[in-house]
Amino acid sequence: MRIGVFICHCGRNIAGVVDIKALVDRVSTLENVVYATNEMYLCSDPGQRKIQEVIKEFKLDRVVVAACSPKMHGATFARAIEEAGLNPYLIEIANIREQCSWVHQDLRKIATEKAFKLIKAAVAKVALAKPLEPVYVPLTRKVLIIGGGVAGIQAALDIANGGFEVYLVEKSPTIGGHMAQLDETFPTLDCSACILTPRMVEAARHPNIHLYTYAEVKQVEGVVGSYKVTIEQKPRYVDPEKCTGCGDCAEVCPVIVPNEFDQGLGGRKAIYIPFPQAVPAVYTIDLEHCLNTEKLIVCEQCYKACGPKAINYLMGPKEIEIEVGAIVLATGYDLWPIENLREYGGGEYPDVINGLEFERLLCSSGPTGGVVRRPSDGKIPKRVVFIQCAGSRDPKHGCAYCSKICCMYTAKHALLYKHAVPDGEAYVFFIDVRAAGKRYEEFVQRVMGTDGIKYLRGKVSKVFQRNDKLVVWGVDTLSGVAVEIEADMVVLALPIVPSQGTKELAQMLKAPTDEYGFLSEIHPKLRPVESSMMGIYLAGAVQAPKDIPDSVSQASAAASKVLSLFSNKQLALDPIKAEVDLEKCVGCGECAKVCPFGAITMKKRLDKKKRKYAEVNKALCQGCGCCMAACRKEAIQVEGFTLPQLRAQIYAILDAKPTKVEIKKKEGGNEDKTAIVKPR
Amino acid sequence: MRLVLKKNDGLLKKIKAISGEDIYACYQCGMCSAGCPMGQEMDLLPNQVIRLLQIGAERQVLHCRTVWLCASCFTCTARCPKGVNLARLMEGVRLFLLRTQKEDHFSPQQMVKEPLPPIALIGALRKFTT
Amino acid sequence: MAEKGKQTMEIAYFPGCTLKNTAKRLETSALGVAKLLGLDLRELPNWTCCGTCFSLAEDNLMKQVAPIRTLSRAASLGYSVITTLCSVCYNTLKQADLFVKSDPKRLKKINTFMEEEANYEGQIAVKHFLTLLDELGEEKIKEAVKHNLNGLKVGCYYGCLLLRPQSIAIDDCEQPQIMERLMKALGAEPVYFPYQVECCGSYHTAVHPEIVARRAYRILENARENGAEIVVTSCPLCYFNLKDRQKNIKEIYSGFKPMKVSYFTEIMADAFGLTKILENG
Repeated sequence: MRIGVFICHCGRNIAGVVDIKALVDRVSTLENVVYATNEMYLCSDPGQRKIQEVIKEFKLDRVVVAACSPKMHGATFARAIEEAGLNPYLIEIANIREQCSWVHQDLRKIATEKAFKLIKAAVAKVALAKPLEPVYVPLTRKVLIIGGGVAGIQAALDIANGGFEVYLVEKSPTIGGHMAQLDETFPTLDCSACILTPRMVEAARHPNIHLYTYAEVKQVEGVVGSYKVTIEQKPRYVDPEKCTGCGDCAEVCPVIVPNEFDQGLGGRKAIYIPFPQAVPAVYTIDLEHCLNTEKLIVCEQCYKACGPKAINYLMGPKEIEIEVGAIVLATGYDLWPIENLREYGGGEYPDVINGLEFERLLCSSGPTGGVVRRPSDGKIPKRVVFIQCAGSRDPKHGCAYCSKICCMYTAKHALLYKHAVPDGEAYVFFIDVRAAGKRYEEFVQRVMGTDGIKYLRGKVSKVFQRNDKLVVWGVDTLSGVAVEIEADMVVLALPIVPSQGTKELAQMLKAPTDEYGFLSEIHPKLRPVESSMMGIYLAGAVQAPKDIPDSVSQASAAASKVLSLFSNKQLALDPIKAEVDLEKCVGCGECAKVCPFGAITMKKRLDKKKRKYAEVNKALCQGCGCCMAACRKEAIQVEGFTLPQLRAQIYAILDAKPTKVEIKKKEGGNEDKTAIVKPR
Repeated sequence: MRLVLKKNDGLLKKIKAISGEDIYACYQCGMCSAGCPMGQEMDLLPNQVIRLLQIGAERQVLHCRTVWLCASCFTCTARCPKGVNLARLMEGVRLFLLRTQKEDHFSPQQMVKEPLPPIALIGALRKFTT
Repeated sequence: MAEKGKQTMEIAYFPGCTLKNTAKRLETSALGVAKLLGLDLRELPNWTCCGTCFSLAEDNLMKQVAPIRTLSRAASLGYSVITTLCSVCYNTLKQADLFVKSDPKRLKKINTFMEEEANYEGQIAVKHFLTLLDELGEEKIKEAVKHNLNGLKVGCYYGCLLLRPQSIAIDDCEQPQIMERLMKALGAEPVYFPYQVECCGSYHTAVHPEIVARRAYRILENARENGAEIVVTSCPLCYFNLKDRQKNIKEIYSGFKPMKVSYFTEIMADAFGLTKILENG
């Protein structure tokens, strides 16, 4: 065995703390080490070349790199040794930066000793390493996108334009998401519907996009490259092929219910289309409110009115099965329930509303035809108070984070309100104004400089009703004055939270979420659109609160990740997978029980006794090692992290040698255990 | 007068020991001041008391009327988004003054001469005397 | 020795000093009401001051001895529930209970200090009388009504001490309903008035009667604006500030018209036909 050890200075990051020269000298004496050296920056081109030259010159068969975290450059060095003719799994990284020099900056001597032990452990581990080959799995070059808001639409169009098939699934009857509800968008004030609807139509007409609206993802099985997905198409009771979207049905429908699209501020019929530009332009019967039930038909008004006979009361839910190779999550956000803010009378006073409701009141196609009218009595509010951070940045209410978009949309709301009601007054309570986007600060300055819009620095403590007014108790901390405002309407900038159902979806996909339920990215800076669950990509507010430009950028980024995945000839997975030793396996099934990915199945042997054994589906296995910890016979091991390797690592660090000692009989057990004994 | 800022956390440490509250948890949203029922009677708003403590302006805090006007109604505490117990902080400043100066803020003789509910008297004695 | 296993219906009643002084009406009406409703309140023998105001100092456990001793005595007599009529006593006992329960070291220290008492182990539930009535249920109250209050417009004033801090609140601390439910059961019409949870100025009445008068003025006017004919409360200090300080209000706001203020139990006694009790009280 011929191991080479390469120690990186990382400028002064490592060399400033660890005594590199002493380290090289000591490492040279280790068993199996035939060469040890140091380099200023190993990750640089000359650094990598040095490794390759030494491998050839000294006929190395294994390599240890002592440098930064393997998360940083593990792949870089593996590629380097592969180019020099070694199997890329015959390398071990000793992390002497993050786990040593950075955390022991004032303890040079101890840091040097620790660095030596880490290298010694890596040498011991790599000595037992085996060459591994990638696991090849099938790759279905189709993608599932869940959520048809602006992020889902953008990702769908980008991937479809790249030449691959897209299944776009949206749970409401139309695509468009929250963006379709908005009036004008900051900071340019262009009409949201005008810029979005062409994209919606484009997505629906695209030959590579299969659009499923009023549908939900029921089940997902499999892994990256080959997922089996079951989509449930809820019954519309209207045949989308026949419906022309004429609206004759809605005209005669006797049932009026609040329209979700208008945040309940306007009405719709039980047979409805959410808004005129909805895509697809197909009507839907909302059976919950329709006079008919699944079993009893008492009203046939719409059926009679429908010229093309598109209505079918007997329609049932339909399951559609598809196969895809990747999934983009774009399920967006909801607003936190206003009822949580009792001090502002949320849910109590009809004129205390949320930002999306205000959007609908501003919108010319909204329930009030673009005339701002307050919900309680339809009067035009002459004094409106906007409260930012109404629940956000508020750990006590469980939302410690900043919802990011409220500063901008509140500024926009105040401005649009002034455009709509020129003699009106707008007051904005803010703690900080966060306007860090292209032309955002300029926009906020314009709003603050507009006559009749007053920015007050402070948070409102209480809102209550006095006659037909809402009294707002706030403060302006800049002047040090507590203030009272008699307002006609109060608009709360509520926290952005993951949309309903995100949690269940994440659980189904085994994609991790943060403490607030937003989907976690694998790396917050360098890999912001990928879930740590390979094959799952994130777009838009499902990952964190985002405005339109950010959502669209992220959607395009997720699309490009999918496209680069699909550009592979075949899908090669890291071979860090569980492997069963059939001679040792007794078929107890513990490993299958603990596997979080359902990758292990118990099979029967073909011999006479038909004993059971464990079989690992390499595509599903994520190499987590739960099975390895559960197996009492050491029959299942994760390649690259086998028990002998891990033990060798530990012994090296402890300067110990393994000795078998009998552990005295304990209650109910008489097992051989390996103990670690320090040498004298 | 310009306040010369320097490391000055003696008072802060003592108030923390008495009240158990972390003053730096406050991010100055002002919600306490917006809802304080005694706000109109105060010389400093509650958030300003915290702010002055945060920047080490001891003198202003120890001489203000505000801490004595706080009636521990807990309105601010109930609404503070950061969970700062302002009522405890105010008591911290009061107790610091009473303990170090060893004199009453209001002596029993200074209280109104009329029949009061015993709880009013006891309450005032507890808050204002050493 | 501790007398174990009290009947579940027996409840320790802690009156507190003010109930025997300026708030006798609260006590007589409440005890009459309780008796009628079958609530078996037993006045705690040898009670002492509740320890008000609740001390907010982390570093002075001495201030917690009075309330904890009260709880300890109730526990050693075998009670599992202790009730108060006075909001101030309720707040002090309940906060002290939570304060020592939140840290076993505190409790141990106090128990060691009170060597003459049985150790308190946190086994007592401190409940305000309003909570007991709420637990009894609307139907029981309705059955006891003799003279329906006929839509009397009542402003229920909670003040601070029943609702804050949140850990001791007997109901939602922003939009409470517990007293409103009770008033409805009596046939009264509770009016919503936002100042019902605003502070009256509390003990400042002893040094700054003018501040308290200004507070009381706003509270009473807010109740009036919202249609209240009478303001009810459970706190003898709020009662004093809202009722007796009306003369001080008049000095500042000459146009001020008097407003009726009463204990919630007086209204109950009225509805239950216990007028005799009220007269004697």
